[in-house]
Amino acid sequence: MTELVAIARPRLRVRTRWGPPAAAVLAAASSITVLAGSALAFYWVPSEADQGFSQRIFYLHVPIALTSYACFGAGAWKGFRLVQRGELRHDLESYTAVHIGVIFGVLTLVTGSIWARVSWGIWWSWGEDQLVLYLVVFLFYCTYFMLRFSIDAGVRRARVCAVYAMFGAVLVPVSFLAIRLAPRYIHPVVFTTHGAQMARSMLLVFGVMFAGLLGLGASLYRTELAGRRIDHALRTLRSEA
Amino acid sequence: MTTAEKYVTAAYLVFLGIVLLYVVIYAGKVARLERDVTEAVERVPESRP
Repeated sequence: MTELVAIARPRLRVRTRWGPPAAAVLAAASSITVLAGSALAFYWVPSEADQGFSQRIFYLHVPIALTSYACFGAGAWKGFRLVQRGELRHDLESYTAVHIGVIFGVLTLVTGSIWARVSWGIWWSWGEDQLVLYLVVFLFYCTYFMLRFSIDAGVRRARVCAVYAMFGAVLVPVSFLAIRLAPRYIHPVVFTTHGAQMARSMLLVFGVMFAGLLGLGASLYRTELAGRRIDHALRTLRSEA
Repeated sequence: MTTAEKYVTAAYLVFLGIVLLYVVIYAGKVARLERDVTEAVERVPESRP
């Protein structure tokens, strides 16, 4: 047992720095915030003049997409820290952030397709730069797993994956700015250089949902990271036994 | 229920469903980890000199 604790403890900083009570509070708070935001989106906020009721998907779809960008950015940042400092613990952190980002990516694509169907009458448009570039970012990070599982575990894999995650981060601002740079588009633009183009009540609901989903993303990240660290400690134990 | 209301509801339900699916999959993984930790703890005294 002493060996298990000795090996696991350095990898289980989550227990000391971010213990189960804090993680549980974050998970509960973010879940309640998302539920409250959804209720506000359905029953309180006024319908948008152009799209009507279907615009309410915006309060779910856009915060999910922004959370996925945040996860990919976090994965790249952890990769950068690994390359910079050579600390292998950042490898699991980068991997977990990318994994959560891909889950939010799936949610972005699914909710976006539903919104496109009800607003434009189609599930997908290959002519829309914003959609295609988001798909490129998503597929780029999907191939991260193919790369990761094609290399034996160790320092080399950690470094290769870190550099790959950092490259992916370059695509995030390109994807975000695509809609603002495209000469022709049907994808709505809400946040411009003149600020948010919506009523205060809409912005409030958007803010509530964004805060809730960011919290949910952070909560999933912390939980999954704790599990991966325990799994990693167990594998190390077995290999040393 | 209008068509728009159905699609909006579907989008929110899909979100909830995927998050719940993740939680279920992760619960399975946690259960496996719990078994592995128990097994590792049981083995430690045996391997000691």
